[in-house]
Amino acid sequence: MKRVQFSHSPIPYLFIAPQIIIICIFFLWPAAQAIYQSFLLEDAFGLSSQFVWFKNYKDTILTDAWLQSAGFTLVFSFLVTFLSLALAMLLAVKANEVIQGARTYKTMLMWAYAIAPPVAGLMGNLMFNPLIGDLYYFLNAMGWDFNHKLDSFDAGFVVVLIAVWKQVSVNFIFFLSGLQGIPKSVLEAATIDCKSNLRRFWTMTFPLLAPTTFFLVVINITYAFFETFGIIDTTTGGAPGGSTSTLVYKVFTDGFRGNDLGGSSAQSVVLMVMVLALTVIQFRFIERKVHY
Amino acid sequence: MLKLSWHTISGHLILILGAIFMTAPVWVAFMSSTHSAETLFREGLQAWPGGHFFENYNEVLFVEGGVMKRVTASMMLWNSLLLGLGFAIGKVVISTLAAYAIVYFRFRLAAPLFWVIFMTLLLPLEVRIIPSYEVVAGMGLLDTHTGLILPLIASATGTFYFRQFYKSVPEELLEAARLDGANAWQFFIDILVPISKTMIAAILIIMFVVGWNQYLWPLIMTTNEDNYTLVIGIKQIYQVLSEGGELPQFQKAYALTILATLPPVIVVLVFQSWFVKGLVESEK
Repeated sequence: MKRVQFSHSPIPYLFIAPQIIIICIFFLWPAAQAIYQSFLLEDAFGLSSQFVWFKNYKDTILTDAWLQSAGFTLVFSFLVTFLSLALAMLLAVKANEVIQGARTYKTMLMWAYAIAPPVAGLMGNLMFNPLIGDLYYFLNAMGWDFNHKLDSFDAGFVVVLIAVWKQVSVNFIFFLSGLQGIPKSVLEAATIDCKSNLRRFWTMTFPLLAPTTFFLVVINITYAFFETFGIIDTTTGGAPGGSTSTLVYKVFTDGFRGNDLGGSSAQSVVLMVMVLALTVIQFRFIERKVHY
Repeated sequence: MLKLSWHTISGHLILILGAIFMTAPVWVAFMSSTHSAETLFREGLQAWPGGHFFENYNEVLFVEGGVMKRVTASMMLWNSLLLGLGFAIGKVVISTLAAYAIVYFRFRLAAPLFWVIFMTLLLPLEVRIIPSYEVVAGMGLLDTHTGLILPLIASATGTFYFRQFYKSVPEELLEAARLDGANAWQFFIDILVPISKTMIAAILIIMFVVGWNQYLWPLIMTTNEDNYTLVIGIKQIYQVLSEGGELPQFQKAYALTILATLPPVIVVLVFQSWFVKGLVESEK
């Protein structure tokens, strides 16, 4: 809040109105609808509906398909977050150290941010295409009986690889900006005190990057939950047998392809709760971080 | 004198491998898009340019009735551009205005409205996708640009970004403007907007890329092929290309992925420093 302000009048309401109206129509109302519909059971033609309390939750959440999807989402999110963060941190630390060619490296490592996840998915899909994909041949030639259309581990491998590839650049940009925030004098002092590069990384750089890392963990989990939809839709489509279907992908397939509105809404509400929990954890941590 | 330590060499090695990892897939896609269908089918992916660049790109961009019935990549390019620009501009306009109200005015509903805006940060569109579809369908906005863009700009990332910036603007500016007799609108448009030019540019760039790359919402929203954006169109086309009875037209699929990639990549490369600024500061 500014000390000097305009006094109250209808004017601020005019300024804030466009945003509030859009939020009411396209955010609050649909979100409320999702919660409401999750308690309804509709007949096959959508003509009548009945209030059924938690039946939709019981029928969709406690099924093997949902639990399988939840399990995959968990493993998938962990792998994508861990691998893309580790890779990006390594590259950012190195890019911050080198002098020759630093600009070129940085550009080449961050530009993939601009590529849409489904486009990355299609490029990857063609790489693993049995007809022309070089990676498909390569993996089979290496003795790995690779077939992502039939084997759920192989399908998971493809999805994780593409999702990591797509996310490295974002993490790289944030790590680099975090590293550039460390004063040069601190770096020089550390170089004099500690000759071992590896030890200097773990005792100084890594702790100084911790706030950035934590912030990125939340960003990456959100990415793995939601934005990878495009990657999954363009590579495996959840196949084989729903083994690579994340929770968001399942909401989409159940709701739009399966026409199960109540069940799909119940899944949406569970997702909302998960995201809210994640945010609460994030804020808790950020508050603690401020005092360190 | 140049002293090369093992540490420096290994650093370069890691960076070179990283750069190859991040660029090779797109390079191969681009190179493969300049070959003929036969070459790709016989020899697999290509790492060097071939002689079919103009032929392939001309066909996907302009020839109707080729891959899909009426839609050409140039039409989809136009739709993508509208989505990217509409999303970016819409977001900047509503969020600068809302942030202005929050920071510079004292009004009764300020606190609850701030919380309403804040809430949108917590729940992405994906978790309320089906009711959002119903709302837009109920308003008769399916297959329109309005219906496509408005639900996407409902989130408040931009508002918080500008709120942060306005708070750092010196208070003397408003005092001086008031002494000169400026009203609320004049202060906003003549002083605040000009001094936030670089912030606005940074957020425009980021939001253009985000808008261009939207997938799930346009996919659900768009039923008429005429309204396909590149990002959602290529998947449909890819299916047609690879499942057709004749020789799969992979070179065209690659040409389309390159076309879908090129505009946001150019924006990011040309405005790199603004883009990094926009990304780092809008997420915080």
